[in-house]
Amino acid sequence: MRKIIKDKKIIDDSWVVLTEAQDPLPSGKLIVSVALWQSHKEQLLSHSDEIGVLLEPENEPAEIADDLAQFSLIAINFPKFADGRGYSSARELRTRHHYNKEIRAVGDVLRDQIYLMARCGFNAFAVREDRCINDALNAFNDFSVNYQADAVEQRPLYQTR
Amino acid sequence: MYVYSEYDQKIIEERVAQYRGQTERFLAGELSEDEFLVLRLQNGLYVQRHAPMLRIAIPHGMFNSQQMRKFAELSRTYDKGYAHFTTRQNLQLNWPKLEQVPNILEELASVQMHAIQTSGNCIRNTTSDQYAGVAKDEIVDPRPYCEIIRQWSTFHPEFALLGRKFKIAVSGSKQDRAAVQVHDVGLYLTHNAAGELGFKVYVGGGLGRTPVVAPLINEYVAERDILSYLEAVLRVYNRNGRRDNKYKARIKILVRAMTPEVFAAKVEKEWAELKDGPMTLPQQEIDRVKACFQPPAYEQLEEHNEAFLGKYETDNAFKIWVNQNVVTHKVPGYSIVNISLKNTSRAPGDVSAEDMDIIADLADQYSFSELRSTHAQNLVLADVKQSQLYELWQTLKSHQFATPNIGLLTDMICCPGGDFCALANAKSIPIAEQIQRRFDNLDYLHDLGEIELNISGCMNACGHHHVGNIGVLGVDKKGSEFYQISIGGSSKEDATIGKILGPSFDEDEVADVVEKIINVYVEQRTEGERFIDTTRRIGIDPFKERVYAKNN
Ligand code: HEM
Ligand code: SF4
Repeated sequence: MRKIIKDKKIIDDSWVVLTEAQDPLPSGKLIVSVALWQSHKEQLLSHSDEIGVLLEPENEPAEIADDLAQFSLIAINFPKFADGRGYSSARELRTRHHYNKEIRAVGDVLRDQIYLMARCGFNAFAVREDRCINDALNAFNDFSVNYQADAVEQRPLYQTR
Repeated sequence: MYVYSEYDQKIIEERVAQYRGQTERFLAGELSEDEFLVLRLQNGLYVQRHAPMLRIAIPHGMFNSQQMRKFAELSRTYDKGYAHFTTRQNLQLNWPKLEQVPNILEELASVQMHAIQTSGNCIRNTTSDQYAGVAKDEIVDPRPYCEIIRQWSTFHPEFALLGRKFKIAVSGSKQDRAAVQVHDVGLYLTHNAAGELGFKVYVGGGLGRTPVVAPLINEYVAERDILSYLEAVLRVYNRNGRRDNKYKARIKILVRAMTPEVFAAKVEKEWAELKDGPMTLPQQEIDRVKACFQPPAYEQLEEHNEAFLGKYETDNAFKIWVNQNVVTHKVPGYSIVNISLKNTSRAPGDVSAEDMDIIADLADQYSFSELRSTHAQNLVLADVKQSQLYELWQTLKSHQFATPNIGLLTDMICCPGGDFCALANAKSIPIAEQIQRRFDNLDYLHDLGEIELNISGCMNACGHHHVGNIGVLGVDKKGSEFYQISIGGSSKEDATIGKILGPSFDEDEVADVVEKIINVYVEQRTEGERFIDTTRRIGIDPFKERVYAKNN
């Protein structure tokens, strides 16, 4: 089973990505695209297990804002690690929409981006499979002080020093 | 100048450790070229034509003699004994070894310096007025705000991987010496009708392929709200800026596509949620940072020093230097001294290790140990006693730092160009030298007055050619180097993009063409009219006719 990092621990991942509509739905926890969610809402809502949604870099959190209560997980895809739009998506989900369940980084997820991703509100990381997930755990210790407020610490350094 | 708190120090030390780890993993093959590229760029390390280049941040252009000596030492130990001051007030080492960069960073950290975010698609070093805190026309000292913005932008979690680089400049005086309106965000300190301090905010300026003077996006953002406002601007850019084409990825393209009005409205909406939240700057924090920029212990002096006046009246060379390179200080009896890094003995902005040590000594001896770098690639001693000017001038002269050409035609801004840069279409340093040699008559130069000539080796515009009163751009024509000339640009408060005269010129024609342009100016100018004003009054046609006239 694939391993991921969640809440700074390595765990087995049991979510399945559903790329096309199916009737009946496969069993288990399913992650669907925004388009699939919007076109098959009724069917997905009747699913017996948990549902998650996958945001691409161009998807605005606002597109799913009304349905957040239905999702146990929001995955944010990084087709290329250098495309930083997903950082703002996670931050908005946490600080504007107050989404408090799992936000998972998927795709080109590498150790060197994890520290800042965590600050933007990601708490789960599907580290790229060719990379050492144990090594990625070290990323959380890159810094011990931050200047800015973020999705985890609401006060910037100048409010706490 | 700003002095690090324990937090600032900790952050740069942890950064050194992080970057060392990244370098080691790259060398061990655990990071691919492409992955490491993004990481090293975030740390100012380019790989260019001959070797890597490391860009060291000089926040808002302020540094001290100890840091200058460290630069000298680093350039001796890790480089070829010289370094280069850039148009963004930073310092570049041209030949460091990639494996040694972590050690260089560790040494820099020991003197409160770093290379964080000096390149890459992130928020870059915030630049400012080289005369900040001492200029007579200053409304408010911009440096504390630059430092506050530096801290906010350093490892900002949300904006580390933007669509493109992002540059902020701040000015607090009547005259804009920081090219504010050609930045991604430009800020002018200002007062509102109630006399409260805030910022005028311009967004979406820039040079490069698509030169744009930034539109005004907000007339007044209060001092305490500036970080939440910037956060809103950056979020709108990060979410909406183009990612499909690197030449269309700067915020200037987004602002233009959306229109400034729609962009401003989107920012306003985003800001509504952040405003008055925890990002609001407490007065206490503003005061803490301001305390680092208190004026040095000035003596009470006469407005005019007798001995100085005596020398000024009797030594003509000294008088010329004072008139051109020395600027009036806001405190009586003190002067601002420009150290010219423009003469035929060096590439514009280059300084040798020996020179760096000498300049550090001069800062200790004459100017409270502080130095500034300027966007025109010169250095400044900001607090020199008038009574010591003569003595200082003699020392500067003996080291070729006293060419009295600040603001004149030969005080050129020039990028490293084809001699160093892999992206260049053409060389730029030899062009600067060609023009230096042609206009070597100081009396004539002084008669011509203020003319900004800027040279870039390609359309990336590192040498700010678009906003030069005269701009020279290297272009590639069937594999040979040619130069396109524009006139009428300005980077000041009246920021303007220059107009291209026409077809480009061969390398050895450039000085001739500049001379023809100057001749038209001399013939056409009215009493006391500056070059830029003449070009605005008569337009480019008379210049065009002259430079393209058939000989005979
Ligand atoms: C030698 C290696 C260098 C490389 C490879 C390099 C690369 C680049 C590139 C690719 C751009 C493109 C910007 C765009 O698309 O907007 C750029 C812009 C710029 N560079 Fe450099 N550069 C180098 C050296 C320098 C130096 C030495 C300076 C200062 C003298 C400098 C100052 C700038 C500035 C001010 C811009 C911005 C122009 C704008 O506002 O758009 N660069 N550089
Ligand atoms: S303007 Fe072009 S040639 Fe000059 S330094 Fe920049 S990228 Fe290189």
